[in-house]
Amino acid sequence: MELTINGAKMNVAAADDTPLLWALRDRLGMTGTKFGCGMALCGACTVHVDGVATRACITPIAALAGKKIVTIEGIGATPQGKALQTAWSTVNVPQCGYCQSGQIMAAAALLAKNAKPNDADIDTAMTGNICRCGTYPRIRAAIKQAAAGLENKA
Amino acid sequence: MSAQMIDRREFLAGLSGLVLVASVSRIAKAAEAPKYGADGMEHGWRDDPLLFVAIGEDGIVTVVVHRSEMGQGIRTGLPIVVADELDADWSKVRVTQAPGDEEKFGNQDTDGSRSMRHHFDPMRRVGAAARTMLEAAAAATWNVPVNSVRAVNHEVVHEQSGRRLGYGALAHAAAKLPVPPRESLRLKNPAQFRYIGKENIPLLDVDDISHGRAQYGIDTRLDGMLYAVVARSPVFGGKVAKFDAATAQAMPGVVKVVEIPGTPGPALFSPLNGIAVIAEDTWIAMQARQALQIEWNDGPHGTYDSVAYRAELEQAARKPGLVLREVGDVDATMAKAARKVEAEYYLPHLAHATMEPPSAAARIVDGRCEVWAPTQAPQATRENVAKRLGLPLEKVTVHVTLLGGGFGRKSKPDFATEAAFLSQQMGGRPVKVVWTREDDLHHDYYHTVSVERLQAGLDAQGKTTAWLHRSVAPTIVSIFAPDPQHEAPFEQGLGLINVPFNVPNLRIENPAAVAHTRIGWFRSVSNVPHAFAVQCFVSELAAAAGRDHRDFLLDLIGPPRRIDPAALKDSWNHGESPMRYPVDTGRLRRVIETVTREAGWGRKLPRGQGLGLAAHYSFVSYTAAVVAIEVGADGKLTIPRVDIAFDCGPQIYPDRIRSQLEGAVIMGVSLATYGEITFKNGRAQQDNFNTYQVTRMAEAPREIRVHLLPAADWSQPLGGVGEPGLPPIAPALCNAIFAATGKRIRQLPIAEQLAT
Repeated sequence: MELTINGAKMNVAAADDTPLLWALRDRLGMTGTKFGCGMALCGACTVHVDGVATRACITPIAALAGKKIVTIEGIGATPQGKALQTAWSTVNVPQCGYCQSGQIMAAAALLAKNAKPNDADIDTAMTGNICRCGTYPRIRAAIKQAAAGLENKA
Repeated sequence: MSAQMIDRREFLAGLSGLVLVASVSRIAKAAEAPKYGADGMEHGWRDDPLLFVAIGEDGIVTVVVHRSEMGQGIRTGLPIVVADELDADWSKVRVTQAPGDEEKFGNQDTDGSRSMRHHFDPMRRVGAAARTMLEAAAAATWNVPVNSVRAVNHEVVHEQSGRRLGYGALAHAAAKLPVPPRESLRLKNPAQFRYIGKENIPLLDVDDISHGRAQYGIDTRLDGMLYAVVARSPVFGGKVAKFDAATAQAMPGVVKVVEIPGTPGPALFSPLNGIAVIAEDTWIAMQARQALQIEWNDGPHGTYDSVAYRAELEQAARKPGLVLREVGDVDATMAKAARKVEAEYYLPHLAHATMEPPSAAARIVDGRCEVWAPTQAPQATRENVAKRLGLPLEKVTVHVTLLGGGFGRKSKPDFATEAAFLSQQMGGRPVKVVWTREDDLHHDYYHTVSVERLQAGLDAQGKTTAWLHRSVAPTIVSIFAPDPQHEAPFEQGLGLINVPFNVPNLRIENPAAVAHTRIGWFRSVSNVPHAFAVQCFVSELAAAAGRDHRDFLLDLIGPPRRIDPAALKDSWNHGESPMRYPVDTGRLRRVIETVTREAGWGRKLPRGQGLGLAAHYSFVSYTAAVVAIEVGADGKLTIPRVDIAFDCGPQIYPDRIRSQLEGAVIMGVSLATYGEITFKNGRAQQDNFNTYQVTRMAEAPREIRVHLLPAADWSQPLGGVGEPGLPPIAPALCNAIFAATGKRIRQLPIAEQLAT
């Protein structure tokens, strides 16, 4: 079936009920989107579907025909994604880094609809994304830094 | 393909610089004085830049990191050390990962908070040796005395003539020179450090991580690769009685169903008995696994029940046990004490729950097996794979990927052996094994479960005159040997026997306990239960004595002094020299004084708010924490702030020390509030992050303030960093709950204990 991922049309040879996560990772070789729980509990697999943060581990590809999918590999093409990636480096956010794709995708969806999130907004948007290393304070700082950077550019 | 996935041989072949396959000098066997650090490990250490540094003609310096990266920042930390002594331009420094090969690289077990502690001096020497060789090569090129040239920021300069040559231009000639002996090396004056101890150095991997390019074990992709999931015995030691794979086998995309045999006896690092489904993608394999019909024979641990087991541990803790350390006369002093205090603490099994679940890939070509694994133990991975496949060690290569979390789980490479075995079953075709979260929580090498019983006698002035601690917990040794029943020296030395308290009558006992599941290292290991019990109990004693907790704790520790670990019956001392690493109560006092000052200890707080203190010595570092909490009328716990003070001696990469402490605070809060694996009928009862909860952003401490104590000087030996932040967090949190509510938390997790 045909999916639109990061602006490109891609053919996926997988059963319709295959979650997007496994189609990306095993069939398309796009391993930036991570497996953490398989039940939409940890957020490691977060992608954007038509701009909405979506858990790829429970989203079958059959539901995605004609929709625009953006993954961590493509998020840098958006102003929010780019600003976040820069802030992630400045703040030195990651520890092991495994959950960070999902964290950045969740943060990018937040900044796209809320240019100046406060702490409560950040909590609401990010609390579905587990980081076992405990980088939460730095994720919060980096989101604020990215938001400030975007505001200065605007 | 990111740097760490490049095969070492391809990598070197692709460079024309310092090409460096070592002719290896034999390590002199230690006949004389005992050796410590990297030198003291089984395979020793060679100060050989040809093993650890490659310089391309373009001047790019690539540092080979032989320790596994699991979030502690070692893939940037060790290059910082080498680059500084090499006087390299940091923008030209890259990193690559060593494969598992301890004959070459020395110890690679990334555990025990010792990657930097053991390798700061050795990697300085590696950098200095490479710099010396570059200087010698330049001097020879110009035919000038070597002492008339010096290396400055990626060039060697001859000041008299103004000539200069870049490292890239010198690399070839330098690689042909002899490696200078250790005693001849000239190390930098620390005042000249450019990168060591400095701020604002981003991780070398940060952009790969933030762009989805970083390669973890689970991201391995090989041509023609198949995907496997395994149904393992739900009970440790259980076996497949019979199975029917007909339905699974018939599902589209399923390639093969095969049994992975278990091994009798202790768990070791061996795969569990199970049925593997190998398929065209992970999803198909997962679906087909559900269609397997398996009848299990549970074996002797099929009745393991954590509620009943807790009662057994409590019974054991209420009777005398093996005496590990005894000073004075505890019983007589306790009998005449003005006041006796006793308390019993319970800490359940924990699962590591690394965000990347165990996963590995393997292939076998022409009798050579290659494994890609997120392993903390590359050499053990290699040995286990070789043994299971019946191959000589040199026919097995272990590529160490990034680890999506380790915390001790990935010191046990059972999952890598599964991948190798399944590849062998497929005639060598590449196979990747993926553990689901359920697999991870059901088949972990769990953190031990423990009952800690403490008793103390206070005199009329409230001074502690007698101390009795009984610790009962199944030992990690149970995965290596049949039926050990006592904590091993390396567990006793994690905050049990080596409490540095100035109490004249003291006894530490360890009643027997039997393991019924796989027990393994979990970040900071037995320090978690030991520190929890001891530091909560000190708070209880202070309250009984009617004294301020901090003042009471400082009195208990006593005056600043350096204690020989042997005097505490600690024969292990984290594997470190007792001369270089005594227990320094002055340093322990300082972190307590610092953290209480910074946290505003003693300030008046409204009802429902409180500050809690705990301090702990572990991994030859000193940590103290003050947790500020609020408990709402509904029992809801919030943590506005945690202060943590830390003394690990010299700080090599301070930003990563801070990040490890931030992470330890959050992991400590997580295990204290939620962490628990329970067993019924031998089966772990938690399945995923819905029933095994971990702390999320909204519940994490809103602010974490890290206070790093400056080292005395650069000659002070390094302490560990990755683990010592964790032990004081849970007790500080529970002591804060007491301060806020008057309620003592004596069992973890806190869970619903605050609900009103």
